[in-house]
Amino acid sequence: MSDETTKEKEKSFDGSLSEPERSIHAEVFLGSVRITGVKVNYYHVCETKLWLFSHNISLEKESDNVAIGKMLHEDRYKKNSKNITIDGISIDFVKTGKKLEIHEVKKSKKIDVADRAQLLFYLYFLKKKGIDAVGVLNYPLLNKTEKIELTPEDEAITEKDIKNIKNIVLGSMPPPERKRICSKCAYKEFCFCGDRDRV
Amino acid sequence: MREDFYILQDGILKRKENTVYFENKEGRKILPINKISSIFAYGNLSFSSGVVSYLSKEGIPIHFFNYYGFYEGSMYPRETLISGDLVIQQAEHYLNPERRLYLAGKFIEGACGNILRNLRYYARNREDIQEAIESYATSIESELSCLEGAKAVPSMMRTEGKIRELYYNALDEIFPEEYRIIKRTRRPPENKMNTLISFGNSLVYSTTLSEIYNTQLNPTISYLHEPFERRFSLSLDVSEIFKPILVDRIIFKLVNKNMLGGNCFRGEIGNMLLSEKGKKIFLKEYDEKLKTTIKHKGLNQSVSYKRLIRLELYKLSKHVLGAEEYKPLVMWW
Repeated sequence: MSDETTKEKEKSFDGSLSEPERSIHAEVFLGSVRITGVKVNYYHVCETKLWLFSHNISLEKESDNVAIGKMLHEDRYKKNSKNITIDGISIDFVKTGKKLEIHEVKKSKKIDVADRAQLLFYLYFLKKKGIDAVGVLNYPLLNKTEKIELTPEDEAITEKDIKNIKNIVLGSMPPPERKRICSKCAYKEFCFCGDRDRV
Repeated sequence: MREDFYILQDGILKRKENTVYFENKEGRKILPINKISSIFAYGNLSFSSGVVSYLSKEGIPIHFFNYYGFYEGSMYPRETLISGDLVIQQAEHYLNPERRLYLAGKFIEGACGNILRNLRYYARNREDIQEAIESYATSIESELSCLEGAKAVPSMMRTEGKIRELYYNALDEIFPEEYRIIKRTRRPPENKMNTLISFGNSLVYSTTLSEIYNTQLNPTISYLHEPFERRFSLSLDVSEIFKPILVDRIIFKLVNKNMLGGNCFRGEIGNMLLSEKGKKIFLKEYDEKLKTTIKHKGLNQSVSYKRLIRLELYKLSKHVLGAEEYKPLVMWW
């Protein structure tokens, strides 16, 4: 879906000015990194997670958090048709009314920038296809929903996010950094397996 | 947490809808599919393709061992975790001689580090042999230092062979006469100790293989062992590190606590095997060992010995992806 080729502006990961080292697949991937909602979400959570997930190093299968999220999703919104996929973009469920509603279900107990960015990406994606929609974040554990609309600023931010995601995915694996969210992350063991004091 | 399932008896695996049963003349047992990580089959097992496809779908490998307790092969479910990038990098680390040597050396270094830990641990309270053991340990260390200059994998293998020989000689000092290794023999193992080592090593190999299955690493691309040597040679590489930690320590316990009484072995010197009772005792210890936990400082949580194998594979993945240099696990506890 993207027509840009090699002339993408590069961002340096370690803050230095040198060109980032590219993964050996960079040439093949270039301009064809598939952007999905989950990737946008992960980009806002952790670059290492985004990279690993994008390189098919998935650990979500074993994660309890992911399993709970999946169950919640399947259980809570049985009635609605689920997992609509458009061009590889998978949406939890949609409601049709005056305006198309795009729903995203989250198991989290707090409303999060990453969730918002994910939904904004869906709205942006649909807009590019000529579909006008609004987004709704569902937090069943909070009994809350949040309505989200795509503003021109959001659109610009989403475009920038997409560029950054591509750069990260094409680069080499960003070294793990300890953050607060690490304790809940399925990649925790992967990231910090070797990191311990030796006797 | 999923567990391993050991089947020592002969019988049939049956699938009825989404339940798998083990059946023989003594009765019928349900296999709790969501709680199993791998099955170790020591008996004669019959099963239908329905069972295989179901276990495959659930990602549960079955490892087969023959009458003598030797590893025969595995029903390895089709790969579902594939990362093209990782596999290419894994192969690149094999094809590049320098990179291959680095990893091959690290596996020996890890194995050797754990061997030394074992020797010093068991010689600690034995004044009569302490000096002898320490001199073996020094020889092992000096062999290990030869690794640095090694220019090819075969010469590394020779170093590894010498280290093992020194190790077994040292163990003969520690063990009572009945359990001397004298010379490592495999098929058939000629005495009790050789039998125990062979039996344990094939267990570690299978457990490691199951863990590899749960990562994106390709089990056939290896570094210390040649990829064509055996089908899943990466498992051989990684097993080296864990053999002293798991098998040797179990053997120490079994011998020191005199847990292998009469009827645990059958056959004679020159062709010695574990009896069903012996296998049972060993497997029980093995299973308990895998479940034992230790505190991991990097993760700040307790991890089981079995999990340590997985973490080792993660470390290897990160190494080939260029994220963090691989350093083998050496017991820190």
